[in-house]
Amino acid sequence: MKAAGVLLAIAAALVLQTTLAGMTIEGATLVNLVLIAVIYVALAFGAVTGMLAGTAGGLAQDALAGGIIGVGGMSKTLIGFIVGVLGAQFIVSQTLPRFVMFVGATFAHELSFQALQTLVEARPFVMQWSTTLTQAVVNGLVGILAFQVVELGPGVMQRRRARGTSLSRRRY
Amino acid sequence: MLDIRKRTGYLLLAIMVGHVILISAQVQSKSGVRVLEAVAFGAFSRVQLGASGIVDGVRNAWGSYVGLRGVRAENETLRARLSELEVRLQEQRALAARSVRLQELLDLKASTSLPTLAAEVIGGNPNPGMRTITIDRGAADGVRPNMAVVAPKGIVGRIIGEPAAHASRVQLLIDRDAAAGAIVERARAGGMVAGSEHDPPLKMELVSNLSDVKPGDLVVASGVDGIYPKGYAIGHVEKTEQGGGLYLTITVRPTVDFSSLEYVLVVLTPPRPALPAEPGAAAGSTR
Repeated sequence: MKAAGVLLAIAAALVLQTTLAGMTIEGATLVNLVLIAVIYVALAFGAVTGMLAGTAGGLAQDALAGGIIGVGGMSKTLIGFIVGVLGAQFIVSQTLPRFVMFVGATFAHELSFQALQTLVEARPFVMQWSTTLTQAVVNGLVGILAFQVVELGPGVMQRRRARGTSLSRRRY
Repeated sequence: MLDIRKRTGYLLLAIMVGHVILISAQVQSKSGVRVLEAVAFGAFSRVQLGASGIVDGVRNAWGSYVGLRGVRAENETLRARLSELEVRLQEQRALAARSVRLQELLDLKASTSLPTLAAEVIGGNPNPGMRTITIDRGAADGVRPNMAVVAPKGIVGRIIGEPAAHASRVQLLIDRDAAAGAIVERARAGGMVAGSEHDPPLKMELVSNLSDVKPGDLVVASGVDGIYPKGYAIGHVEKTEQGGGLYLTITVRPTVDFSSLEYVLVVLTPPRPALPAEPGAAAGSTR
């Protein structure tokens, strides 16, 4: 059940990312939905699941992107593992620590991804700091929103349902 | 029994080694992952087509039924017609320019109009760092690797990778790994236009310091790379500086608005081998 949920989240992130990139090239550089999904999974389920989610998401992203397959997979595997370990060591149940985790992980991912590309494809190391900072902040906000929706969503629905039931009882 | 989840370090090591082997296989020869890439792209292009259909459906429902119903449909038709005519105009313009300057001298036979195929953009790249798009035409429609892709305003990019049956991946000219043989139309200065991660997203390299290139000059494809049709617009010179060496440093603003591509044309002429570079001109479509 958990594995299916994780795979579904990764697939949904891939579809959304490519759809967004098809609509606006510039807009798509501002957010990395697959990375958000990997970090979310690592924080929610731990290092092993985060690592496997990173492998699956990164390899799928590589296969669809048209570059060398494994570069994104390797960097996302590392990020999934590191975030999972840090999530277990520190208390990251509040909004701010989670946001910091998303921002830090985005920077770490970009660094490792660019470094691996430099090694493998023999190209100069190019780090677009302003773009990465923007992406890190947007990733953080989207990630926090995802946590809020998943954690608070069912409670809101229950309260709304309960309120509806009590109103209907009062009426009749 | 060994529970792998309790051996996180070993699992990480195994996955990392797996990745290294996978990457090494591709660095030595690209043959190892073609199947994986082809299957993933082929299958996912269907999903992209579906997602694009849903997005288009929502857009159309909102735009056509809630908004300006008939006017919007008519506008779409007229815009499509205008785009087609702009492409034809540009083609004629390129042909005319070629005729005047070179045709008599080189005794070339009159070129026929380029066969093109209209395609819709159905997705982008899942990796934010790479500038490619996916279109809804593939091998079944006659699309082959390295075919040029153009828009009414100018050159968009080229087909990369093996196309799926009904989808292909297009590397945009603004991708940092893309390049095209180019010439400054007024000054007749040849060089190479390449993608860049800065703004504007194109730079022109290998243009001699002695060339009379000015801001506002039109940069067109020179055709020496064997991929992009000669005379098609690439962009306008935005800034030119004297470089440290023998060449000018030129930034180019593309004529195509890459931020909102919806429809493109695939030039169905198969790519020919790149020509040897003209004096002062550089060939090459990829770096």
